[in-house]
Amino acid sequence: MIMPVILWTDALIFLLAAVVVVFILYARSKPHIRAPWRRVFSGKVAAASVVILLAFVLVGLLDSMHFRLPLAANGDSGEIHYAGEVLSTLDVLVGPLRTQVEKTYSAPFATHLFSMETMEREDGSKVRDYPRLVYGASGLGVAVEGKTGDIFKRSLLAVVETLLASVLLLLIMSAWLGRRHGQPVVATAKTILQDALSIPWRTILLTLSLLILLLFLAINLAAAYHVLGTDKVGQDVFYLSLKSIRTGLVIGTLTTLIMLPFAIFTGILAGYARGWIDDVVQYVYTTLNSIPGVLLIAAAILMLQVFIANHADYFETTVERADIRLLFLCIILGITSWTGLCRLLRGEALKLREAEYIQAAVCFGVAHGKIITRHILPNVMHVVLITVVLDFSSLVLAEAVLSYVGVGVDPTMNSWGNMINGARLEMAREPVVWWSLLAAFLFMFVLVLAANLFSDAVRDAFDPRTRSR
Amino acid sequence: MFAYIVRRLAYAIPILVGINLLTFYLFFVVNSPDDMARMHLGMKRVTPEAIEKWKASHGYDKPLLVNTDAADIHKVTDTIFYEKSLKLFLFDFGSSDDGRDISFDIGQRMLPSLAIAVPSLIIGLLVNITFALLMAFFRGTYVDLSGVILCVVLMSVSAMFYIIGGQYLLAKTFRLVPISGFDSGLDAIKFIILPVVIGVVSGIGAGSRWYRTFFLEEAGKDYVRTARAKGLAESLVLFRHILRNALIPIVTGVVSLLPLLFMGSLLLESFFAVPGLGSYTIDGIRNQDFAIVRVMVFLGSVLYIIGLIMVDIAYTIVDPRIRLT
Amino acid sequence: MTQPLLKLENLTVRLGQGERAIRPVDGVSLEIHRGETYSLLGESGCGKSMTALSILRLLPQPIGRITDGHIYLDGEDLALLPEAEMRRIRGRRISMIFQEPMTSLNPVLTIGDQIGEVLRQHHGMKGRAAQDRVLEILDAVGIPDVRRRYREYPHQLSGGMKQRVMISIALAGEPDLLIADEPTTALDVTIQAQVLELLQQLQQDTGMAILLITHDLGIVASMADRVAVMYAGQLIEEAGRDRFFGAARHPYSQKLFESLPDVHKRDHALDTIPGTVPALDHDFSGCRFEDRCDVAWDYCRSHVPDWYAAADGQHARCHRLDESITAPATDARTRPAKPVAAARTNHVTSHLEVADLKVHFPIHKGVFKRIAGYVYAVDGVSLSIPPGCTQALVGESGCGKTTVGKATLQLIRPTHGRVQFGDTELTALKGEALRKRRSDFQFIFQDPFSSMNPRMMVGDIVEEGMIAQGIGKTRQDRRARVHELFERVGLSPEHMQRYPHEFSGGQRQRICIARALAVDPQLIVCDEPTSALDVSVQAQILNLLKELQNTLGLSYLFITHNLSVVSYLADRVAVMYLGRIVEEGPVADVLERPLHPYTQALLSAVPVVEVDSRREIIRLEGDIPSPAAPPAGCYFHPRCPQAMAACHDSYPAETVSGDHTVCCFLHQ
Repeated sequence: MIMPVILWTDALIFLLAAVVVVFILYARSKPHIRAPWRRVFSGKVAAASVVILLAFVLVGLLDSMHFRLPLAANGDSGEIHYAGEVLSTLDVLVGPLRTQVEKTYSAPFATHLFSMETMEREDGSKVRDYPRLVYGASGLGVAVEGKTGDIFKRSLLAVVETLLASVLLLLIMSAWLGRRHGQPVVATAKTILQDALSIPWRTILLTLSLLILLLFLAINLAAAYHVLGTDKVGQDVFYLSLKSIRTGLVIGTLTTLIMLPFAIFTGILAGYARGWIDDVVQYVYTTLNSIPGVLLIAAAILMLQVFIANHADYFETTVERADIRLLFLCIILGITSWTGLCRLLRGEALKLREAEYIQAAVCFGVAHGKIITRHILPNVMHVVLITVVLDFSSLVLAEAVLSYVGVGVDPTMNSWGNMINGARLEMAREPVVWWSLLAAFLFMFVLVLAANLFSDAVRDAFDPRTRSR
Repeated sequence: MFAYIVRRLAYAIPILVGINLLTFYLFFVVNSPDDMARMHLGMKRVTPEAIEKWKASHGYDKPLLVNTDAADIHKVTDTIFYEKSLKLFLFDFGSSDDGRDISFDIGQRMLPSLAIAVPSLIIGLLVNITFALLMAFFRGTYVDLSGVILCVVLMSVSAMFYIIGGQYLLAKTFRLVPISGFDSGLDAIKFIILPVVIGVVSGIGAGSRWYRTFFLEEAGKDYVRTARAKGLAESLVLFRHILRNALIPIVTGVVSLLPLLFMGSLLLESFFAVPGLGSYTIDGIRNQDFAIVRVMVFLGSVLYIIGLIMVDIAYTIVDPRIRLT
Repeated sequence: MTQPLLKLENLTVRLGQGERAIRPVDGVSLEIHRGETYSLLGESGCGKSMTALSILRLLPQPIGRITDGHIYLDGEDLALLPEAEMRRIRGRRISMIFQEPMTSLNPVLTIGDQIGEVLRQHHGMKGRAAQDRVLEILDAVGIPDVRRRYREYPHQLSGGMKQRVMISIALAGEPDLLIADEPTTALDVTIQAQVLELLQQLQQDTGMAILLITHDLGIVASMADRVAVMYAGQLIEEAGRDRFFGAARHPYSQKLFESLPDVHKRDHALDTIPGTVPALDHDFSGCRFEDRCDVAWDYCRSHVPDWYAAADGQHARCHRLDESITAPATDARTRPAKPVAAARTNHVTSHLEVADLKVHFPIHKGVFKRIAGYVYAVDGVSLSIPPGCTQALVGESGCGKTTVGKATLQLIRPTHGRVQFGDTELTALKGEALRKRRSDFQFIFQDPFSSMNPRMMVGDIVEEGMIAQGIGKTRQDRRARVHELFERVGLSPEHMQRYPHEFSGGQRQRICIARALAVDPQLIVCDEPTSALDVSVQAQILNLLKELQNTLGLSYLFITHNLSVVSYLADRVAVMYLGRIVEEGPVADVLERPLHPYTQALLSAVPVVEVDSRREIIRLEGDIPSPAAPPAGCYFHPRCPQAMAACHDSYPAETVSGDHTVCCFLHQ
């Protein structure tokens, strides 16, 4: 039996996922919610970025199911001891990527280490050379022959597999859509390929194929090579980049969502009730806002560090300790970004309380609580949504900066910020160790670009001001 | 106008008090000075004497709020709250945890910060407005569309990539400028160029896209139709009518940033080893120097509030509709 | 005949691309001659503004474009001109003024700059010469104190002044044709009268032609030389003014006249046009008005009518003018208007008594936001509405009439005064007690769309008040009642599951009425319920309100600026000026024999549909003063043509003669 480990952020992530699923089910029956979402998905760029975002989310979710493996049974006591190491489903799925650790740096697709070492030959003499990697390109033997051919062969295989998978995907998609619209499969496939549907299924299919291609390339190549090289302690950079996805997603989503209920409540209350409540809320957010964000985060994180350092016994594993720090970072970041949303919502509520349909509700003697939940809340949700989506990408980018400053996630946690921070010092080396940096930047760039494109589409669809343009 | 500024300044007082209380709570209540001392001295085998000695040498050995041992007024003044928090209001910053005079350091480091921040802001503003105008002029065409896409791509790149990439390309590969460092006087220029260029480039994406929306919002207004109905050329409509109106939010937005320029840029200064306030802050955070962090929090808040007041004043200057009362 | 100044030939405009492109202008041909006023009349969405914009080639970009037809200005086809050439036409040969003077001026440029710009562009004038010319033009459009105004910004001017500035911009290029797109719709009646008079006078001085676009038959009657009626993107009738008002031939034009409310129709239901304007995104195979026309027959559905000529240069697009076919006889023209149920049933018993109502909004100033003064929005208003009666409250914008309505219902808490409803003092009610009492009095807003939550289904919207007031025990009960109410106001109950944006303006207002009725009110405050609607739809709503009053015995406080609606609907009318009632009495009395100079001016300023009755307009000087600083003495005296010495000193007391009350020294 394995022992499941539910970290705080895991719980919140799955809660969030559940909320999203419930919302989708609810929204299906509400045309005024569905209509703008249809507008979002009718754009090709937006549809493609959603697919890419979902791929990131999938990796993040897989990486959020944590557990500890049992150690071999210890005697007859029947008591099972568990390994101190906390693993995730992703770790299990990528298998060897995690365990095949070299000694130190090696370049992508390299066969030998990056730096020379003094080695002892069989005859006892010593020589300085680049040592052969233990796992990298191990299939090629010691002599390392035909590397290019091998890579080509494996890539070709990936392409063939992708083509097959894509055709299969097209069939599944056409069968599903065909059943919904009551049309034969072949005809539906044709309309998909002609891109004649209101939702750009062809674009979605192409994006999925691209992702599948990457997946097969990874499966075929990463099994035999370190496709993105290894880092200072010999860990596979591709594996580290994958593990960092979860951190980026957690920061991007939980940060806004943790403070969301609070921001909505205070913002609407301030705008609707006005008077002294408004004064208090305004005072609080002006005060928090006037502290430079980085410094507020730094102050809070420094204090957390002191706290953790003095209460090390609270945490069973390093993963749990890092997780608490991550959660705390989200809360602190949330506090700094909460003020913006609160101010926006206050403004909206101020405007709405003068709206005629609110006045009409007052006229009928509808109670204040009902006015807020039935009339104000649904009409400010677009503001909330736009803010959440817009904040996501800037938070992902902020994580890297904070890690650099030294107030980001725990140094033991996999994150793009830590990858950059670790690799930055090696820029002075000649030749440059570039792959860690580039891998982190690349992963971050793809995620942020997809998020930005998606948020543009969301804003265009939901913001009444941009809609007319 | 005068009454307005007086009122705004009066409003600033409770906010600064709030910030002061918040930092006091964070730094001295959540964790006691003992915790801090232990942290600085290393976790293992700290003797109570060492802790007391550290606290005494840094002025943390006093009671937090009320000193029952002291006489009359000193009951209140001879405390950590008075010494470390209230004195900030007098701009008496005391010394950092490693014993240097913070006010002196700040004075020293202000100029290098400004030397980077001011040119970055001005050049960045000009570049962004130019790009935004270009996109607005060609709105709805492929020039505009590709411009927007380019902006989204540019703003999706991490600021650190711009810095590292810039250092690698311009300083290391082409050896046009030094990688990092600083110098006094005119010699500083060669050190300033790269950080300024990178500061400008990394801001283009978000900046010009944002400004473009201002231009487009103005372009949809009725008075633009009036201007066209007068027979004005499209360029005249853009420069005389749209630009004037769109500059209002742009200028006021920039004005709010002006005071914060003193704080410097954290990333740029740190990567380029510029001895400014940004790198001072980062070093303070990295060395866990609470005194410096506390002072910078206070200073940042004061500058932010000054920025808010300046925005209101700027509005009355650039927008004839607004009169402060 | 001489060459026309402007000639449109088969002008066609499309918005958007592809099959579903909208055709707001679909084959319009017309001729405008020098010096004449040509009026383009139509309801909202008929394409009249698009026609105007396409003449100047200012269609909204990038969606709008001219797809067919010619625009000849003195024989030169503007549709073919390159953009650079077109700029010499705009502002020079053809100028345009727009509906919204508030937003049509650049807020950050001075008045002088904005007018001078035209002089520089088209006449190469600069410096002193330009400034002198601007001052001259400003003076010509009747702006006082021109040197000061020259340096001022638009926000420092009132709405009427802004429209005068717009006119001076248009005049600066000395155009041959002035296009005025609803130039007075955003203005009050007295200001409207000033602006229209100015346009007439300028036309006499300069000899320019005016293309006047409007929806107001009254303005057409007082301004136009020739009239064209536009419907669904086409001209459907064109005639000289007298001919048009004497003998309109198209059924639509006739209907427009008949749906206008006025005092002589009081005992009848107004004639209405059923249905809505068709969507313009497809081709038509028959007459566009066919489905709403009560004299249409099969032939109309299958044949597109031509542009048939009648006598005196009158044209109409109706098969009934085609002499080659025989139309079936119709009795529609002779059908008597439906009488309104004469006997009023009365289940309402509560009398509304408003006494000395004041609503003052504080103005904060200085370092500590001290209260430096008040906006005297409502400053001592007393009203009495007996059960089952309609009290109208008229006045220009900013006079406080809406505030009276809201303060009466305690939506705004009055600063002073009593509001007695039945035997309850409403101002004394608070919290829950007031909430429970709200079912007795309801409010209908001016804009039905913004008064409904866009994210709720209309059925739920109507039901909401019932839930809040505890009417109907179960959901079934309430649903059944909503069902009944929908039928009551003439909507299909199947529409309950739809959202507000799926309805037309008239239907939305019906939903709002149903919502108000849902809680069984005794009094309804109607705040300009028809001013956002077209004339034909307005008639439907007025009919409904009148019918409901007769069957349910409701009392109405009817707030409006439209005097013809008052004359049709109200029993008594109160005229408000600057927060106070200046005259009150039975409708016939007040409208026929107004005593207060302000009422007289207001009545004279309303454009009348009859061509012959060219009454002398009493011209009011200047604008309405700010309610924050009302003038000393009688509030009206600075604008009053009959002001006397006494008027400067104190506010006149009420003079009562019979049941007609007036506050004026002339009648003491």
